[in-house]
Amino acid sequence: MKVSNFSRHLSSIWLGTVYLFLYAPLLFLVVFSFNSTRQDSIFTGFSFRWYQALANDSRIVDGFCLSLEIALITATLSVVLGTLASYSIVRFSNFKCRTLFISMLNAPLVMPEVIIGLSLLLLFVGSQRLIGWPDRGAMTIVLGHTLLGIAYASVVIQSRFKEMDMSIEEAAMDLGSYPYQVFFLVTLPNISQSLIAAWLLTFTLSFDDVVISEFLSGPGITTLPQVIFSYARRGVNPSIYAAATILMFVVTVGIIYLGLITARKNKNTRY
Amino acid sequence: MRFLHHLFVHYSNIGRRSVLGVPYLWLLIFFAIPFFILLRISLTDMGNQLDPFSPIVIFINDSWTIHTKIDNYISLFLDEENIFGKTIYIESYLLSFKYAFLTTLFCLLIGYPFSYYLARSNPASRPVLLLLVMVPFWTSFLLRVYAWKGILADQGIVNNLLIFIGIIQDPIQLLYTDFSMLIGMTYVYLPFMILPLYANLVKLDIRLLEASQDLGASSWKTFWLITVPLSRSGIVAGSMLVFIPCLGEFVIPSLLGGAENVMIGRVVWDEMFSSNNWPRASALAITMIVCVILPLSIYNQRLSNKVNAELNK
Repeated sequence: MKVSNFSRHLSSIWLGTVYLFLYAPLLFLVVFSFNSTRQDSIFTGFSFRWYQALANDSRIVDGFCLSLEIALITATLSVVLGTLASYSIVRFSNFKCRTLFISMLNAPLVMPEVIIGLSLLLLFVGSQRLIGWPDRGAMTIVLGHTLLGIAYASVVIQSRFKEMDMSIEEAAMDLGSYPYQVFFLVTLPNISQSLIAAWLLTFTLSFDDVVISEFLSGPGITTLPQVIFSYARRGVNPSIYAAATILMFVVTVGIIYLGLITARKNKNTRY
Repeated sequence: MRFLHHLFVHYSNIGRRSVLGVPYLWLLIFFAIPFFILLRISLTDMGNQLDPFSPIVIFINDSWTIHTKIDNYISLFLDEENIFGKTIYIESYLLSFKYAFLTTLFCLLIGYPFSYYLARSNPASRPVLLLLVMVPFWTSFLLRVYAWKGILADQGIVNNLLIFIGIIQDPIQLLYTDFSMLIGMTYVYLPFMILPLYANLVKLDIRLLEASQDLGASSWKTFWLITVPLSRSGIVAGSMLVFIPCLGEFVIPSLLGGAENVMIGRVVWDEMFSSNNWPRASALAITMIVCVILPLSIYNQRLSNKVNAELNK
C-alpha cells in the first residue's frame, strides 16, 4: 500500500506530540527537583537541596517505610489469595454460587475507590463497636488494598492458568504424586512468571494508593501517598519533586532490568 | 518434611476445600458484608449523638419491626436547591458525567490516531514504543497529577511561555478550572484508551484496506468505512476503561479542580467526614454504584448478544 509522504510526516508528528504530552510532566518533575530555589517556572541553578530536605523530612521518611511495609504485605497476601481464587475459577467448573464468587472477585476492578473505602470503613467501625477490633491503622489499610489487589492479581494469574497445559499435572498424578505435591512441584513453578507479574502489579497499586488509605487510616498513621497528597493540596513543594525523581529512577531501572531478563529468556528458549 | 507430608495427605480433603473456601470467605467478609452495611445505613435516619445512624430493626409494642426509609435517596433530589434549581448532589453527578464524557472523548480523539499510527509503525520498534506508553503508568499516579499543578500554576511554565511568546500579557488562570481538570484526567487515562485500541488495530487485516483502495476508495473513505467499523470493539473497550474510573475520580478534582469542580467522590467524602451524615453518604455511594453498573451491564449485554450471534451463525 502506498503511503504518501504527507501521512508519514503526520504519523511521526502525532506520535511525537503524544509522547511529549506523556513525558513532559515527568521531565518537569526531574528538572525542577534539582532547582536551587522554590521557583517552578525558571531554572535558577543546580542543587541537591530538595533531596536533603527530603531526607530530613521525618513525615516523608516514616510514610515511605509504612507504605513499603503495607505494599509488601498487600502484594504477598493478594498473590496468595489471588492464586487460590484463580485456581478455583479455572479448575472447579461448578461449585455453589460460582457466578457470585466471580462477580465479587471482579467487582472491585470497576468500583470507584471511594466506595470501596467507604464501605470497608463502615465494616471496620461496625466491628470495632461490636467486638472492639480492629483499630484503624496499618492493618485496615492492608485489608482494603488487598481487596483491590486480589482482583488485579487474579486477572493476571487466571490468564496463565487457562493457557497452562493440564496434561503435565495429570502425568505427575499418574506417576504417583499426591495432589499437594502436584500443586507445589508442578503447578506453581509453571505459573511462577505470572505470580511475579501479579506481585509487582499489586505492590505498585498499594504503594501508590491514596483514596483507600485516606478512608481506612487511623490517627498518626499516614502512608507516603497520603503525606504527598496533603502537601500537594497546600501548594508547590520541590521536595515532592525530588521524591518523584527517586521513585521514577527506581521504576525505570526495574523495568529495564525486567526487560533484559525477559529478552534473555526469550533468546534462550528460541534456540 | 515427613510430618508435613502426612499432614497434607491426611487433610487433603480440607486442603482442597480451603482452596476455594478461603478466598470465598474473604470476599464475603470484605466485599459482600460491607456492601450490605452500606445499603442498610443508606435506608436509615441519622441517629442521635452517640450513633451516626439509627437501628433498622426496632422493638415497638412487643414486636420487632423493620424500620426503613428512602428519605436519603429522595433528599438527593429535593434538598436545598441552588440558583440553577438543582441540589448540590444532582449537580455533582451531572458534573461527574460531564467530565467523564469529555475525558473519554478527548482520549479517543488523541488516542485513536496514536494507536493507528503505532500499529502501522515499524514492527521492530513497536515493543519499545508500547513500553514507553506504559512506563508512566508504573510511576506514581499522584505525582504525575501533582506535576500538572506546577506546570499550570499562575507563575508556571505554560503561563510564562505564553507571556514570552506574546500571546498574553498577564498570567491567565489555568489551574482550578475545567481546563486543568480535563488536562489532568485526559493525561492520566490516555494509556487506558491507547492499549485496547492498539491491541485491536494491530490485528487489522491490511489486505482489506488494500482491496478498498484498489477498488477506488480514497484513503479517507477507507478509514471511515473499513478501519473505524472494524475497530469498534476496541473503541468501546477503551471508552469503558476511561469512562468508569473517571466517574468516581477523587484525587484529580482535589488537586487540579477548584471549588466549582466538585465530583461525586468528593461529595461522598464531605458528607461522611465533614457533615458526619453517614446515611446520606451511603445513599450517595449506592447511587454511584448504580451509575457505574448501568453502563457496564449494557456493555456486557451487547457483548454477550454479539457472542450469541456469532455462535448461531
